[in-house]
Amino acid sequence: MKELSPTSHLEMEEKDKTFLDATELTLNMGPQHPSTHGVLRVILKLDGEKILGTECVIGYLHRGVEKIAENRTYAMFNPYVDRMDYVAAVSNGLGYCEAVERLLNVEAPPRANYIRVILTELNRIASHQLWLGTHALDIGAITPVFYCFRDREEILKIFEKYCGARLTTHAFRIGGCQYETYEGFEKEVLKFCDFVDPKIDEYEELLTHNRIWVERTKGVGVITGDECKALGVTGPVLRGSGVKWDLRKAQPYAVYKNFEFEIPTGQNGDTYDRYLVRVAEMRQSLRIIRQAVGGIPEGPIMAKIPKVLKPPVGEVYHSIEAPKGELGYFIVSDGSTQPYRVRVRPPSFVNLQALDLMCRGQLVADVIAVIGTLDIVLGEVDR
Amino acid sequence: MADETKPSGTTPESQAPAKPTPPAKPAGPVPVAWDSELVGRFRRLYGSGIREASTYLGQNYLVADASIVYDVLSMLRDEEEFDYCVDVTAVHYPQRELPFEVIYILYSFAHNQRMRVKTQIADGGGVPSVVPLWPTANWLEREVYDMFGIRFEGHPDLKRILLPDGWKGHPLRKDYGIIQQDKEWVQINLGIESGQ
Repeated sequence: MKELSPTSHLEMEEKDKTFLDATELTLNMGPQHPSTHGVLRVILKLDGEKILGTECVIGYLHRGVEKIAENRTYAMFNPYVDRMDYVAAVSNGLGYCEAVERLLNVEAPPRANYIRVILTELNRIASHQLWLGTHALDIGAITPVFYCFRDREEILKIFEKYCGARLTTHAFRIGGCQYETYEGFEKEVLKFCDFVDPKIDEYEELLTHNRIWVERTKGVGVITGDECKALGVTGPVLRGSGVKWDLRKAQPYAVYKNFEFEIPTGQNGDTYDRYLVRVAEMRQSLRIIRQAVGGIPEGPIMAKIPKVLKPPVGEVYHSIEAPKGELGYFIVSDGSTQPYRVRVRPPSFVNLQALDLMCRGQLVADVIAVIGTLDIVLGEVDR
Repeated sequence: MADETKPSGTTPESQAPAKPTPPAKPAGPVPVAWDSELVGRFRRLYGSGIREASTYLGQNYLVADASIVYDVLSMLRDEEEFDYCVDVTAVHYPQRELPFEVIYILYSFAHNQRMRVKTQIADGGGVPSVVPLWPTANWLEREVYDMFGIRFEGHPDLKRILLPDGWKGHPLRKDYGIIQQDKEWVQINLGIESGQ
């Protein structure tokens, strides 16, 4: 357990000195706080309601995933990656499987890649829905959480039918997919797309022009594109600041180059723009899913790989565009059955670093909005 | 785990694929020299300070001496537009003379290019912090320090990040005993014998 000492190492700039000689207040938020989305502790330095600085205390959920990997075979480690970003387990699995495949120099067959894209994009929608529901709830809008969870349920049902699990799916295997799609999979996915399309309009009706929502999110937690790059912030946060960068386009993996879709971007880099970006991303994901279901080829779903995986000596870095940003795996092989080192580059961990910059000068209530808009999952921050 | 039943089932099978694999292995990819204008420039500047420049599986990497790695990275940022430091991490090779390898994964938005810069350091050694170049390295370097005990000189706030402040040892070192650590922790904190 972390020691709960209120020591802080924040440096304050001259201009941030307290107003009217008021005493500076240190306020502890979390780790048991409903709107920190898990066990995140933030030490806030306040001048009245104004934030002078924040410091994150993390690690409460640390399970030593990277150490576990060194003591498992490549295939045995596969289910563990689902437990990092547990609301987007499919993306985690895709990144890991592709990284090992690169190391093995094999490629998943086209049909497997199409199944992968369909499930990953469904997972992106599910992740964004969960984000939207809880983020809106934090800010005070009660309804979206019910709408989002209701619709996300349909995605989880598809996952359950496909691989038996709803959250920690372990949907993919190194070399392809373990399971062939079930009877009527394509039809069901298309039905879901038609079902959720008008639902996204519903979310927008509830929020986009809602006066309270706009007041609480516009101009809150502003970060510029250059600041994002310097802080390594990726995903919808980077795109919300106007940088048109998405790994699915920049360095296409799986079969993303076969599909037409756009990268939605914002302009102001505030919480409102990031909301718009994520909602637009859900629509783009639907577009990809529709194309993928339409063009899904016949054929094998598993590449020819040996029973015992022994990648040649070497190292590889492979990253994908997870719902939260760039998720990378750096794997070092020593030629044995177990990885010598697995490094996970988690988007949530890196993005959370921007919290301090985004919160300075804002009000305490805005910290909640900013934590929400960063869309962190503590399982991935702490690993 | 089922040691008695396994051999009868697995030996004929594992022998069969074991034979064709050795000749198949050399056909796999090997690192090839990475020749580019950039590497040439670095070699002219630093000579043998650049130990290696290779491409493996289409990914470029550069191995530089720890003494010049900061200059190399700062040149890469300022002149080659590698404006995004994707990751800072390390690997422990206890059998090597310089057992720790620190790896910087860089990306350039302008050129849509990735590369890795690696440097090797001794046990107890350190490398200059790259926080002045990329603020994102702050937490990444803290994590490397937490997990490997590598010191980043000039880091603004080098302390543990994922593990508690009083934690003993650095878990991602190869000589770190997980079972022993677990036994100790259970005994001290729970007052019972660990089941491990």
